[in-house]
Amino acid sequence: MRVILLSAIATLLVAGCATTSEEGQPGAPVEGAKPGAGKPGAVQSTPVTPVEAGKAGGGSPFAALKDPNSPLSKRSVYFDYDKFDVKDEYRPLVEAHAKFLRDNATAKMLLQGNADERGSREYNVGLGQRRADAVKKMLTLLGARESQVESVSLGEEKPSCSEHNEDCWAKNRRDDMLYNGEY
Amino acid sequence: MLRRAFLLLALAAPLGAHAQLSIEITGAGAQRIPIAIVPFPGEQALGASGGQTLSGIVRADLERSGQFRGLEVPPLSPAPTEASPVSYPEWKSRLADALVLGSVASRPDGRYEVRFRLFDVVKQAPLGGIAYTMSKEQIRATAHRIADFVYQKLTGERGVFSTRIAYVVKRGNRYELQIADADGVGAQTALASFEPIISPVWSPDGKRLAYVSFEAKKPVIYVHSIADGRRQVAANFKGSNSAPAWSPDGSKLAVTLSREGGSQLFLMNPDGSGLRRLTSSSAIDTEPRFSPDGQWIYFTSDRGGSPQIYRMPAGGGDPQRITFEGSYNVTPRISPDGKTLAYIARNEGKFQVALMDLSNRQVTILTDSDRDESPSFAPNGRMILHATVIGGRGVLSAVSVDGRVKQRLSATTPGDVREPAWGPFVD
Repeated sequence: MRVILLSAIATLLVAGCATTSEEGQPGAPVEGAKPGAGKPGAVQSTPVTPVEAGKAGGGSPFAALKDPNSPLSKRSVYFDYDKFDVKDEYRPLVEAHAKFLRDNATAKMLLQGNADERGSREYNVGLGQRRADAVKKMLTLLGARESQVESVSLGEEKPSCSEHNEDCWAKNRRDDMLYNGEY
Repeated sequence: MLRRAFLLLALAAPLGAHAQLSIEITGAGAQRIPIAIVPFPGEQALGASGGQTLSGIVRADLERSGQFRGLEVPPLSPAPTEASPVSYPEWKSRLADALVLGSVASRPDGRYEVRFRLFDVVKQAPLGGIAYTMSKEQIRATAHRIADFVYQKLTGERGVFSTRIAYVVKRGNRYELQIADADGVGAQTALASFEPIISPVWSPDGKRLAYVSFEAKKPVIYVHSIADGRRQVAANFKGSNSAPAWSPDGSKLAVTLSREGGSQLFLMNPDGSGLRRLTSSSAIDTEPRFSPDGQWIYFTSDRGGSPQIYRMPAGGGDPQRITFEGSYNVTPRISPDGKTLAYIARNEGKFQVALMDLSNRQVTILTDSDRDESPSFAPNGRMILHATVIGGRGVLSAVSVDGRVKQRLSATTPGDVREPAWGPFVD
């Protein structure tokens, strides 16, 4: 689902305005014109390499965020029912993101907390906020700057799973980490 | 930049042209006043709206309240008007306690004159009437006003047939904040978006809605002027901004913000200025609502370990706990007279509309559904509109405060209807 979410975001970025983020996103290297481009009779024009915002070129530390082999490509933390503590299994993930934020001062994160669908929508905004605040606290204790992370809540409004059972609810009690350029 | 692109995307999307709610009555009051509403001679010239004539809309309004039973009237010749002499014994033998007679005449300017008179058959006395000048398009508005007049004369309470409701329709990944007449007819889309919209609340003058939109990938509170569609960000602080509530004089909004950590109550001007923190707890404090006299703010808090309803002085001060039964009581709404509190209680896993008499703290469960949300009082305090789920579909339901009268409003095209807010009286 997260893959769908991210590709949806990427699509929206392209649809909205394909611009790189202002902060810390070095432009992708421009490739040289391909052989044959300057053959006689052809009009010489500057080649254009499309850049997708949020997908930095090689060499950027931001590339790791999208690298499936990097722990940084994992972005979700799941919670037990009515619980807000970060379970041990997610500590390495949070630590990896804390280190990334610490090492990359220009990186910013939107941390979106979510709740399952049961109960009041507004109270669920509160529950999601508590989950986002918990991960934010851990990130900052591990070296991220307070100003780098904004913790917000989507309440029960953006479920990643839409069935009405515990399996699904467990998937919806989560935090998602979005970096600048992804939101 | 992206946020702007999003907004444009939302506004450029075509508005729902066939947005409509259908109403179904699933319960009625114990004692309904039998009333004869004779078709108004000349009303055919107005045509029909939603398949109903002018007098048909009046009758449907009154019946929907659960307090009236419209009688079938045989065709009368000559058809009586408000000016005809009334034979009370004749109407008594037709078992009518009340009678409405009227007429529609076209005017030289292309508009119409509608006249009606209400009669008390039991007391054998006329109860007054009104003449309206109207255009064809005002057929529903005129009928609602006639129904309001009849309702007030015969029950002693103000009618709510001319009021409007706001709610959110979700179809796929598309959300529409809609406004319709209290009978669900005439729905218009005030805002369309590809991100969720929750918690609409009417300003006391009925001209603006405050709500929470997630179009910026986080909850932000907007104030939206209905007539011209202008919307302003009211609260977009760092973190989440949600649960707006108007003060009774419309000068303040109580809101829930996470800008200082957690979810806490704040008071501010509707333009976001003059921010003042109201609660200081490590709990979730949310869903604020002012009492109608402006003295109290009721809210949901889990400071005692489970979400319960509390109240505090509107100017700040120590909260008192209001609900004690059960482990989940949320979404407080005070009745317009300030005497009762509607909220959502969880009973054996079911979320239902509960009503507390604030004078003795007695609680009644009003519904038998299991996923009720967002109760909203009619401005006369008679009915409570709320969201629920029937057959996997989000619908609106209305229940009278005595639990007897029940109605259901669902979208005529597939979609979930939710987050209802009943608007104020309009003059």
